[in-house]
Amino acid sequence: MLHLALFIAFGAIAVAGAVNLLAQRHPVNSALSLVVVMGALAAEYLLLGAEFVAAVQVIIYAGAIMVLFIFVIMLLNAGVEERTRGSKVAMLFGIPGMLLLGLLIIWTLIENPGQGSVSVGAQYGPAKAIGQLLFHEFLLPFEVTSVLILIAIMGAIVLAHPPSPRKPPPPEEELLMEPESELIEMAEPRKEP
Amino acid sequence: MVPLSYYLVLSAILFACGVAGFLIKRNIITIFMSIELMLNAVNLTFVAFAAHWHHLSGQVFVFFVMVVAAAESAVGLAIIIAVYRTRETLNIDRVNLLKL
Repeated sequence: MLHLALFIAFGAIAVAGAVNLLAQRHPVNSALSLVVVMGALAAEYLLLGAEFVAAVQVIIYAGAIMVLFIFVIMLLNAGVEERTRGSKVAMLFGIPGMLLLGLLIIWTLIENPGQGSVSVGAQYGPAKAIGQLLFHEFLLPFEVTSVLILIAIMGAIVLAHPPSPRKPPPPEEELLMEPESELIEMAEPRKEP
Repeated sequence: MVPLSYYLVLSAILFACGVAGFLIKRNIITIFMSIELMLNAVNLTFVAFAAHWHHLSGQVFVFFVMVVAAAESAVGLAIIIAVYRTRETLNIDRVNLLKL
């Protein structure tokens, strides 16, 4: 009973945060609502007995990724979202699409209910067991993931690197060019009067 | 005791909100946040099934999804910075050409 009450409370917080993400016009407000959603989802993970995933959710998602988002929002000085004609068309299709998709999935799940239920406090996600699983059965995906992160780091650096400025001409050419520029500067005032 | 379908319904609602944000929003950063919301909804499904079937593989998959999401957000935000540097806008409607 307590489990159900906590599930409904945190689920309502998560849905409210998600709807607020849609409603807000400023990216910073949307980012903070997303932090609320992620915190509520971490609580849901705790209810499911997945402490490790809950901790990782708070550390990686609510910590690292959202800090990156807010950093980019502040770096680019993102203002209030503009409205265009295309966005009205998108909203026209987006809201019925959202309702249709949500109702379809909910209807499917209610028509085909799961056999069992999930109990609280099963102590089913200890970090030790996950670590053993991760480093025995999933060792190859784990190593591939490290390669993926390495490529992502290099890609981010390459993409976000400012375009290299043009090389200044060698000093010898500048010395050769200078008399001409002086001539041009001297020649220009003659035209003005 | 909470039925498994409740978790799946909550996940479906969050996923639908993410899809709607992806379609409605015009700010490229907010669209990116909608993608993260969809990934979170899928993670909830993974953890719910892991608890239901008493198998830890779902939680390991969530771990991988989080790692991929972190890499994706780093690269995606770098792309956003590169787009902003050339276009001076974050409105997705004004980024309609592939060439710079």
